[in-house]
Amino acid sequence: MGKIFRAGGREVTALQDIDLDVAKGEFVCLLGPSGCGKSTLLNAVAGFDPPTSGELNALGKPVLAPGPERAMVFQEYALFPWMTVERNVAFGLEVRGEPPARIRKIVDRLLAKLGLSDFRDRFPKDLSGGMRQRVAIARVLAIDPPLLLMDEPFGALDALTRRSLQDELLRIWAEDRKTVLFVTHGIEESIYLADRVVVMTYRPGTVKRIVPVTLPRPRDTASQEFNALKRELTALVMEEQARHQADEEKAVSTQT
Amino acid sequence: MAAAGRIAGFVRWVAVPAAILLAWEAVSRLGWVTPLILPSPSAVALRWWSYLLPMKPYDPSAGSWLAWAISGELPHDVLASLTRIAVGFGLGAGLALPLGLLMGARPVIYELFNPLLQVLRPIPPIAYIPLAILWFGLGNPPAYFLISLGAFFPVLMNTIAGVRAVDAIYLRAARNLGAGEWTLFWRIMVPAAMPYVLTGIRVGIGVAFIVVIVAEMIAVNSGLGYRILEAREYFWSDKVIAGMITIGLCGLAIDIGMSRLNRWLLRWHRGVEG
Repeated sequence: MGKIFRAGGREVTALQDIDLDVAKGEFVCLLGPSGCGKSTLLNAVAGFDPPTSGELNALGKPVLAPGPERAMVFQEYALFPWMTVERNVAFGLEVRGEPPARIRKIVDRLLAKLGLSDFRDRFPKDLSGGMRQRVAIARVLAIDPPLLLMDEPFGALDALTRRSLQDELLRIWAEDRKTVLFVTHGIEESIYLADRVVVMTYRPGTVKRIVPVTLPRPRDTASQEFNALKRELTALVMEEQARHQADEEKAVSTQT
Repeated sequence: MAAAGRIAGFVRWVAVPAAILLAWEAVSRLGWVTPLILPSPSAVALRWWSYLLPMKPYDPSAGSWLAWAISGELPHDVLASLTRIAVGFGLGAGLALPLGLLMGARPVIYELFNPLLQVLRPIPPIAYIPLAILWFGLGNPPAYFLISLGAFFPVLMNTIAGVRAVDAIYLRAARNLGAGEWTLFWRIMVPAAMPYVLTGIRVGIGVAFIVVIVAEMIAVNSGLGYRILEAREYFWSDKVIAGMITIGLCGLAIDIGMSRLNRWLLRWHRGVEG
């Protein structure tokens, strides 16, 4: 599939000839520098921005519009600030028209699971970044989507909070093996989490290489195998980062 | 120390008003200006008190004590003015809110109505007085019309701006969780626009308060606006000022009430503490 953006007479090919199959229950990371189209690809799968060419199927059906079976966790959390933690988590279930008793049960379970029970009546503004992202994860888990889309969900968090949320995510994933498509520019994060890391090229975004990670979980970030993978992926990503930088420098020199 | 600090704070708070009142009292007492032009503050206070009190002595057979206690001219006028504000504002805001929500959410409706609104909006409600009297005669209807007009535009403009300013990420997140258009509108757009809407309501009440005084000066024979104009005709300048102070107190009370309501409704909002 491909994606071309048209704005003000200029065309930017964000994605080109992406050919990617993700197996059910697989954890796949999309890795690349900014501008490589990894978020564009995720938004296409979510149904926010359909591709301009090719075919995009998710869960055996062509993607036409956003849907709760492809739930998204955003980098900016996107919690509804006027709803309490509890109401945020319940939102998807209420929209679906679940009976109140069932909603209550699911919400209670998820709040307990993510350590949010004491915060159920708080508003998002009173929570830390890590807490907010926990609520956002609980909110999508509530509707039990077979496919989980995550757009740099831990990008805005400090390193320690990030690691504990990564562990939490892996624990949840191990329980019910949802298919996860996880966008990141963190090389270590992708190796720590994924079954396969898809490295993407800078503009136009294509699949540069797919690197399988077969290390057993929990993964030791200090191990030799981990570091070998890190070296390999760093080399791949930095090539693209160099192209990204060259492009920016060219843009500056043509302006002046 | 704390008590001393509190006393110092209180002194700072009342120093300037007290000094002005004293100077004003002195100027009147010394006979530098005639009481007709500027009555002394003590005279105004006395007048305000008699304006507040019932005009007849209490008669248990005529009705309850409470009804008697508010049977004075001032409670009557305050009630008349506030009722007009409530009816006029209710009409104006009641029309502006749904229209604003629709115009904010649907670009087609915005484009249809916007040119007309841009032309009508700069016309001050006061300029509608001649038309209001031609259309509705005298009495309450022209007052309701003028007040609702004054409340209409601030509420409308802020509601439109509020809905248009709703962050697209909330809409995306809600759609992603399966929300349809109806849910999107009521559970995302309306609450997200609430800070703007409440600002509009606050401004709208302020304008309604100005317009009610003007409307009462021309169209009716009750209410605070009517009373201060009537007092001028009898050269009761103390009553004019007593009426003005009452208007000020009413405005203050409404504003305090609104800001309490705001704080409660927007307790989720970043800008509001605790």
